[in-house]
Amino acid sequence: MINLKNPFSLIGKKILITGASSGIGRTTAIECSKLGAKLVLTGRNVENLLQTMSMLSGDEHIFKILNQNDIEAVSKFIIDIPNLDGIVFCAGIQKTSPIKFIQRTDIEEIFETNFFSNVNLNSQLMIKKKLNKGASLVFISSITAGIIALNGNAIYSASKGALTSFAKVLALELSVQKIRVNCILPAMVRTPLLENIFIEKEQLDEDEKRYPFGYGNPEDVAYAAIYLLSEGSKWITGTNLIMDGGLTLK
Amino acid sequence: MELQDFIKHFAEQFDDTDISEIISTTKFRELEEWSSLTALVIIAFVKTNYGKIITGAEIRSCETVQDLYDFIALK
Repeated sequence: MINLKNPFSLIGKKILITGASSGIGRTTAIECSKLGAKLVLTGRNVENLLQTMSMLSGDEHIFKILNQNDIEAVSKFIIDIPNLDGIVFCAGIQKTSPIKFIQRTDIEEIFETNFFSNVNLNSQLMIKKKLNKGASLVFISSITAGIIALNGNAIYSASKGALTSFAKVLALELSVQKIRVNCILPAMVRTPLLENIFIEKEQLDEDEKRYPFGYGNPEDVAYAAIYLLSEGSKWITGTNLIMDGGLTLK
Repeated sequence: MELQDFIKHFAEQFDDTDISEIISTTKFRELEEWSSLTALVIIAFVKTNYGKIITGAEIRSCETVQDLYDFIALK
């Protein structure tokens, strides 16, 4: 008889995914729903988030239009959601600027969304005791968080570096409650954010040639997130999973 | 925006090119120092100094410094 036990199943797990209105967040939501998770999705764009909702398998999923930078709105949002078995922090923005042209307002904007808002959301969830024992938290960081450098990408890199370092300490503090925390550090993934990084399509094509396996797709990152959310990774915490299609082999 | 003033500031964006080498007829994308980073710098320079958004493709459509100036002036 075949034993159909699936260690990567998400059946019965309640999982919050931020930034679910597009890109990696949307795809992660869709793939998690296929493995049986009950989702709580947040995003800023109503139309896009509704579209994500329409693409999910199963039911009982809920969503909330949420500007994560609005601390009061985040506090209210948390009151109404169920206790969570997992979170995928996908909300993030990217802006390109050569270092000598960086403005303080750019730094504030990028750090607000990529770092401060995630830290605040996480803290609020901890304070309100919304994380179940054994939960798994996944931060979508970036390979530019100290692993590789990309022209014009300094502040985005810095914000993801801050997030990755934060996650490490969070992993330690939450280990007492048997809650796991890990980061995924993807290189180039085909999402709407890509348009902000390269100014010309030719440049993008040229860059992709540096990847033995080409650029990633959102699904690739979603499957890694699923692994980290599932029982299959129950011994893994505090790690940074680099996903780069072989880029850094060279 | 005036041409001579534009050329002066445009030239200042380069670090390894002799400023006197850059005149209105200079084919800037053929300069040895030109790279994808320089293109990013020029985009940021035009945005910061003239408040205009130009793209990489638009820069590529210009051959000389004069072309770029004319293009930005019409934006």
